[in-house]
Amino acid sequence: MGVLHIFQKKEKDSGKLAKDRLKILLISDRISCSPETMEKLKMDIARVISKYMKVDTGNMEIQITKEEAKNGRVVKSPILYANVPILDLKH
Amino acid sequence: MSEVIVVTSGKGGVGKTTTTANLGTGLAAMGKRVALIDTDIGLRNLDVVMGLENRIVYNLVDVVEGKCRIKQALIRDKRYPGLYLMPSAQTRDKTAVTPPQMIKMVQSLREQFDYVLLDCPAGIEQGFQNAIAGADRAFVITTPEVSSIRDADRIIGLLEANEIGRTDLVVNKIKIDMVRRGDMMSVSDVSDILAIPLIGIVPDDENVVIASNQGEPLVGNATLAGRAYTNICMRVLGQEIPFLNFEKRISIWTRVTGIFHRN
Repeated sequence: MGVLHIFQKKEKDSGKLAKDRLKILLISDRISCSPETMEKLKMDIARVISKYMKVDTGNMEIQITKEEAKNGRVVKSPILYANVPILDLKH
Repeated sequence: MSEVIVVTSGKGGVGKTTTTANLGTGLAAMGKRVALIDTDIGLRNLDVVMGLENRIVYNLVDVVEGKCRIKQALIRDKRYPGLYLMPSAQTRDKTAVTPPQMIKMVQSLREQFDYVLLDCPAGIEQGFQNAIAGADRAFVITTPEVSSIRDADRIIGLLEANEIGRTDLVVNKIKIDMVRRGDMMSVSDVSDILAIPLIGIVPDDENVVIASNQGEPLVGNATLAGRAYTNICMRVLGQEIPFLNFEKRISIWTRVTGIFHRN
């Protein structure tokens, strides 16, 4: 599901690859937020959380998604999901 | 009762004009009164796909500028009595027409026709704004390729921003063999990503090229694409038509192409 899978898997059907590329592309297109900005945001989030606990920055993921309405199209405002694996709660 | 539908895509070459020609012809074959409007000013094509290029006297820009009446610019189709084409101007550009002028023209066509289909130019500039100005609903055409889907997504956003009532998806040029071996996104992949209702699936069919060579829309004939367009027309009329199942149809498909090769 995550962004990193694309880079980890080398051999892959090109149709699946196209779909994964599009998903990422469209997230940034839809909110006009570039992958570079997302990467910066991720690093900033990691830095702030690191003040309080030890986190696995290499495996964290962030994603901006939109909740979909029943009839298909997006209605609600976008949501930022961050998946931050904690290595040690004490710091 | 009449409905104004804009056929759009963002990217060029994905099948807007072919779709417009086939939907219009199909709806006319089903007894509806249909006006097709080519809104691609400077790059007119719908006349050629319809095989009506030799009958053009006046065009859309002439109507907007008051040089002729709407009726004078409408070319009657050679196949169906209820089908008319308003050609675009070849020697002008997009700025020759404005959205308010389009709305006015579409309003008067609405009184005489059951369906008004607008063939939108590629891009998101004024030509697009002109084409969508008077539309009730939109058909977004895409192929299962990254660039075309990305553009379609952008177009869907713009249609929403312009408060077009309803937007449906047509996935065009699907290559069944490639989908099966995992080298092409499937229709469900595409419709999942774009998240608007699906109204048509059109397979990549060389008969589309043959039909455009001949200037004869293939809707209604036995080719896969012809049947796919007929199905879209019936869905436009509100019928519940299941999507063609290409997986099962491979043998028939091979037979069909086989017949054409022999001929």
